[in-house]
Amino acid sequence: MKRVYVNEQWCLGCHLCEYNCAFANSGMTDMVLALKGKPIYPRIHVEEGEKITYAVSCRHCEDPLCVKSCIAGALFRQDGVIRIDRKKCVGCFTCVLVCPYGALAPNEDGVMQKCELCLENSSGAPACVQGCPNRAIVYEEREESQ
Amino acid sequence: MRQYVIIGNGVAAAGCIEGIRTMDSKSGITVVSEENRAVYCRPLISYFLEKKTDPERMQYRDVHYYERMGCRVLYGKKAVQIHKENCEAELDDGTFLPYDGLCLAVGSSPFVPRFEGIENVEKKFSFMTLDDAMALDAAVSDNSRVLIVGAGLIGLKCAEGIVGRAASVAVCDLADRVLSSILDTDCAAMMQKHLEEHEMHFYLNDSVKRFEKNTAYMNSGAVVPFDLLVLAVGVRANTSLLREAGGEVNRGIIVNRQMRTSISGIFAAGDCTEGWDSSIGQNRVLAILPNAYLQGYTAGINMAGGSESLDNAIPMNSIGFFGLHAMTAGSYDGDMYEEKTETSIKRLFYKDDLLKGFILIGCHERAGIYTSMIREKTPISSVNFDLLKKAATTAAFSAQIRRKKFGGVV
Amino acid sequence: MGIDFIYPEFEVVRNENRCIACRVCERQCSNEVHSFSAERGIMMSDETKCVNCQRCVSLCPTRALKIVKSNCTLRENANWQNDTIREIYKQAQSGGVLLSSMGNPKPFPVYWDKILINASQVTNPSIDPLREPMETHVTLGKKPDRVRRDEQGNILRELPPQISLSMPVMFSAMSYGSISYNAHASLARAATELGILYNTGEGGLHEDFYKYGANTIVQVASGRFGVHEDYLEAGAAIEIKMGQGAKPGIGGHLPGAKIVGDVSKTRMIPEGSDAISPAPHHDIYSIEDLRQLVYSLKEATEYQKPVIVKVAAVHNIAAIASGIARSGADIIAIDGFRGGTGAAPTRIRDNVGIPIELALAAVDQRLRDEGIRNSVSLVAGGSIRSASDVVKAIALGADACYIATAALLALGCHLCRTCQSGKCNWGIATQQPELVRRLNPETGCERLVNLMTAWRREIMELMGGMGINSIEALRGNRMMLRGVGLNQKELDILGISHAGE
Repeated sequence: MKRVYVNEQWCLGCHLCEYNCAFANSGMTDMVLALKGKPIYPRIHVEEGEKITYAVSCRHCEDPLCVKSCIAGALFRQDGVIRIDRKKCVGCFTCVLVCPYGALAPNEDGVMQKCELCLENSSGAPACVQGCPNRAIVYEEREESQ
Repeated sequence: MRQYVIIGNGVAAAGCIEGIRTMDSKSGITVVSEENRAVYCRPLISYFLEKKTDPERMQYRDVHYYERMGCRVLYGKKAVQIHKENCEAELDDGTFLPYDGLCLAVGSSPFVPRFEGIENVEKKFSFMTLDDAMALDAAVSDNSRVLIVGAGLIGLKCAEGIVGRAASVAVCDLADRVLSSILDTDCAAMMQKHLEEHEMHFYLNDSVKRFEKNTAYMNSGAVVPFDLLVLAVGVRANTSLLREAGGEVNRGIIVNRQMRTSISGIFAAGDCTEGWDSSIGQNRVLAILPNAYLQGYTAGINMAGGSESLDNAIPMNSIGFFGLHAMTAGSYDGDMYEEKTETSIKRLFYKDDLLKGFILIGCHERAGIYTSMIREKTPISSVNFDLLKKAATTAAFSAQIRRKKFGGVV
Repeated sequence: MGIDFIYPEFEVVRNENRCIACRVCERQCSNEVHSFSAERGIMMSDETKCVNCQRCVSLCPTRALKIVKSNCTLRENANWQNDTIREIYKQAQSGGVLLSSMGNPKPFPVYWDKILINASQVTNPSIDPLREPMETHVTLGKKPDRVRRDEQGNILRELPPQISLSMPVMFSAMSYGSISYNAHASLARAATELGILYNTGEGGLHEDFYKYGANTIVQVASGRFGVHEDYLEAGAAIEIKMGQGAKPGIGGHLPGAKIVGDVSKTRMIPEGSDAISPAPHHDIYSIEDLRQLVYSLKEATEYQKPVIVKVAAVHNIAAIASGIARSGADIIAIDGFRGGTGAAPTRIRDNVGIPIELALAAVDQRLRDEGIRNSVSLVAGGSIRSASDVVKAIALGADACYIATAALLALGCHLCRTCQSGKCNWGIATQQPELVRRLNPETGCERLVNLMTAWRREIMELMGGMGINSIEALRGNRMMLRGVGLNQKELDILGISHAGE
């Protein structure tokens, strides 16, 4: 299935993906209104190491530990996409404890959120990919050794 | 066609159903559920008390779950005996369920020590099931004084759920600290302070000597009047079914990494088991939710003729109180790296080139990266540990590992 | 500050109503113009460092930024203009030669813009390139004077070595060192995809790019950096660089700071050492000397590759070209005075050399007059900005054009003209790894291919309008051009009539 991949060689560490993600999931049509003057809660985050940056979002694992560990049954897999029913989440953070990629984090309400590939929001395709200025983030099918 | 029987209807049972169905989509599955409810996750009951969820949202799976999974659920039934010779489980209504594969997902039961005078306490509750929580929910009022015996995970989550709804909440425990099963002294002190700031009162290193109606007389001499008593001292794995069938049990039903018990054809999963803990390299009861599901799932696959092994189970807990989250995993063995602020503490334990365990309070971001290092036994020498100490980041891994993890072109 | 202070040339205008303080501008500015004030919770800017490269403007997700020309002005003076005065201040402060990058920005006449192209009406039908064949392919190299046959009367097809281009445009010389690895990768890949050539410049050829050899011109310049047998063998053609339009008469100087890692390896000089290309080739003081080098290179490559001699357009360019044509060179590349550079002394760049339009016309005419036009191909460079510039150049006599600035613009260059700082925010004129990575060659290649594809379509449209269906038929066809606002002398040199004539 198509996933979001990052080519760390091309990541600039500009963090635009985080802002584009937060905006795409804000439900608003104006980025300024959506993001100005408040902390953002993106579903992708830029990892920064020594001389290296790259964005990480949910890998949509074949064998998702978060889903198996979710105490509320809020996380589930649908057509290969790991989805979250945010109404069910109680904010126990067990998924944060188990996700090997650090891909889950709470929003401002303490309810978990994660990348759902922008399938449900108005973006329609991953906003991080569309907005990446250097094609460091791509949305494509790849052979993977999981 | 085979016939699978699962005794118990918790998360381990759900894992078992889902495990079976990865291998065998046709054979019948019978689930024996003592509670008159579809599967839900027991740790949610404190959130129910806190009104953060409700019975509908607590459903672990959707309403068509059992139907979709081809399961027959016998609600309100209890298994009383296993006839291993005939491969049959006997229920309390006299039904005999023949099985090709049986999974015991029978969980644990609250353990109630004998307190003097407890029989005269009117309003006493345990805190295991949704029914328990509903009873407590119905009993609590603005002027209730609540005493909770047990400052472990269950007792404190109960306290958190009730503290805003009662006049006062006191918690006592024999241990000298809160959450003694998962936190060391310093970390427990930080958490205790936080809990006290949220109107909880503690009697630690202390226990109830005797109850006199609605008053607890403590060993320390303290006198604690209360209206509601919650007993959350601890739980015991339900092992009797297997023990009586002649199976091997210790503090839990002994299972190997395929979740097989000592009796052929019988598997066990969840809080009732004593299984492999890779963090200490020996068996122990790992009564935590992710483990219940994973064990159930593993058992299910193996019951249906597959070959699955749960090799990397470790203790791990994520528990939050009033916005302050504590996460722990593995064992607190070896050298310690510590970072501490007013509101957070991070302790990483490492030994023999491996991360062995951690305690994180108020600094849980991406903790799963640490957890994965413990589970996968990633050699510390293969990562940038200095970077990793400061923050859980996959950037600390080598380019090769990152490539593998993220499938990216590096 | 104080007497040394020069008011910043640009102002960073930030619309506070739009800025979301995402700090992308801060992270993307290698000049450290932007910073976040935690106390005030807003972004701040230090305009003194701004070079107006527009990186922040381009990446700002809310379009909160613009860079405008500062209107802090010195007293108006038609003679002592602001720039001139500022340069005086800089030199009074530094005592140094002023350095600049990219092409001459001064308001000299751009002859391309004073030349108009013809179109067919009524009596000579135009051609619709969407419906009829249109040839943009060109072949560069010596052409025979006449058809030769063997004893049986068969046509002898042996030709001197040629290079074949799908359209009459090539990417001109930019060295690895002056531009980044990723810029080179973009050019090499695009040239290969397009069926045209790019040029290594004087920096050698990175080992990764040997695979693009069939689409590579390898350059030999006065410093001889990176030249060895395999290098010469690798390319489709060899170019001897005698001069460069941006800095005729002087050599090059790539500071040691840029000679790092692979750049040093590729140039075959130690890390950190300055790469100084001498002003002249020390073995060339005459056309005869040039001929020796031309033939040395031909000999080294077994006469399989055409040799290009590149010169800057200077005053007596026609005579120089005539000499080069007789030196055995297969192709002459002429670089006009508006050609770009990674760094040149400002005074040289802005005051030396002549426009390519005049030089090209003069050279073509001179070679025709001398009957040696067919013994060389002519490549014109030095600010070819569009498909119409290409068409005009060909009609003035060029076989093909060299473009570089246009290619860099396609790669993201915003012509801020501070290549010499080595801090190119677009990942082009820099060797800093974190900046180099800003240019993903996949995007770079794609954009270059897009640009050339677009130009090729426009060239076909323009040719079709003239009723011409091949570059061959357009070359030197000055009847297709008319001048506007040019004096008789200019028209004479260009060899074209005035509009209306």
